Amino acid sequence: MDVTKIRADFPILSRTVRDGKPLVYLDSGATSQRPRQVLDAERAFLEQHNAAVHRGAHQLAEEATDAYESARARIAAFVGVRPDEVVFTKNATEGVNLVAYAFSNATTFGGDASRFALGPGDEIVITELEHHANLVPWQELCRRTGAALRWYSVTDDGRVDLDSIALTERTKIVAFAHQSNVLGTVLPIAELVARARAVGALTLLDACQSVPHMPVHFGDLGVDFAVFSGHKMLGPSGVGVLYGRSELLAAMPPFLTGGSMIEMVRMEGTTYAPPPQKFEAGVPMTSQAVGLGAAVDYLTDIGMDALHEHELELTERALEGLAAVPGVRIIGPTTLESRGGAVAFVVDGIHAHDVGQVLDDHGVAVRVGHHCAWPLHRRFGIAATVRASFHVYSTPDEVDALVDGVRAAREFFGVASGDGSRGTRRGG
Amino acid sequence: MYQEIILDHYRTPHGAGLREPFDAESFQINPTCGDEITLRVRLDGDTVADVSYETLGCSISQASASVLTDLVVGKSTQDCLTVLRAFQEMAQGRGQVEPNEDVLGDGVAFAGVARYPARVKCALLGWMAFKDALVKSEGGS
Repeated sequence: MDVTKIRADFPILSRTVRDGKPLVYLDSGATSQRPRQVLDAERAFLEQHNAAVHRGAHQLAEEATDAYESARARIAAFVGVRPDEVVFTKNATEGVNLVAYAFSNATTFGGDASRFALGPGDEIVITELEHHANLVPWQELCRRTGAALRWYSVTDDGRVDLDSIALTERTKIVAFAHQSNVLGTVLPIAELVARARAVGALTLLDACQSVPHMPVHFGDLGVDFAVFSGHKMLGPSGVGVLYGRSELLAAMPPFLTGGSMIEMVRMEGTTYAPPPQKFEAGVPMTSQAVGLGAAVDYLTDIGMDALHEHELELTERALEGLAAVPGVRIIGPTTLESRGGAVAFVVDGIHAHDVGQVLDDHGVAVRVGHHCAWPLHRRFGIAATVRASFHVYSTPDEVDALVDGVRAAREFFGVASGDGSRGTRRGG
Repeated sequence: MYQEIILDHYRTPHGAGLREPFDAESFQINPTCGDEITLRVRLDGDTVADVSYETLGCSISQASASVLTDLVVGKSTQDCLTVLRAFQEMAQGRGQVEPNEDVLGDGVAFAGVARYPARVKCALLGWMAFKDALVKSEGGS
């Protein structure tokens, strides 16, 4: 993998920030940058083929529909599923909400949909390390239906403790991340799926931090649903994917309703199109889907195995480099075992915001805060962490810039001299 | 952004800790980063007699709470609101508002924070708690 050549595809990486510092972008876990190939695909679509898809019979409408459906087919192949099992959503968050709302609509929808209905006594199970996107929608589904939310706890070394709770025959849904967006932990998906299946529960995989960074095959994983976002995988924002097993998508009630998703409309009532159209009400995001198709082509050309290997090398360098800085504590696994490329840490005596500010002054862009995983941070007794995350264009030099920046932050805040008393405190 | 005044207040915060008695208490949180402050106000008639607080946050939010106590304790509630407004205008001014040192004292050190929009909330967290506590204390008296 020629990273220098790859970087040339990403115009933004050559800009400077904060008074001429070269940009060191280590926040790809929040959003990745986009190569020219993706930007060009969007632009070419808009300049040559733009029209409302699945409507009209003119030539542009045909071309736009073909481009949209071709993107769906390539994205489906990328994650090992059938095109009609891929629903385009605004983002992964909407994908989780789509499933949660379809399930709560099941209570009153009638027919086969009643199998998805939840009520008091039923359980939804998640894990303590989930992003809010795979937590809050389930809290709300519980509130609407009377079901109870339970969760697998997280161990001190950042793993999901599979023995912390037992599933029951009342467990209806088990939802979990493939890779923690904070800790980098890769969860034991096969075991989670096996346990869910053993009690007849459906599974939903939050693949936002896995699909962009490693080979992922939803069919092989055996999950019932999965979600991911385009903007974390070199694609546009405003487009995400919900995968659902076709039999489930066919039986589920719709979430958003309106144009495009219908089969037959009368004033007295409506029947719905087969999936995925049933879940794509209104004119969809189109150039974004085309852009995501181009991103998948770009990633396929590079090879997801090679990309994953590259990120693991950077992760190892970051773990080793940061471990050598006094007062730095990695939050999450400290080895590469079942781990991906998100590295969260705290610096004794310096709040994460302040570390991030010094890094920013050095041109190093990282995420600071709770990264939409507040309960996980609470679990570790911390308010905020600094998180570095990588992608195909990240380099060893950038990892070194991060480590140098952390050392500079310790110097600046006067904790490098061994005086650790000046840091974050509760009260005075 | 990190003026020496800010770092001094961060390292040696004035008035930190929660004290009794108090007339009103406010708990504020910055949802983007999870930083917290609990702040208490004690009034003596119309005068702010004491402000005490406990924070969990970055240097900016801690230093800001420390400066706040210096600026408001001993002042009338009306004068406090004047200072609060001036601080808020400066912090939200994106670096375009010239701060008045007569009103803001050490608070002018936070003018640089205004150029970092992501940090403005940090600087304002304690002030929002103070404003909330003041409203509560006046509502209760």
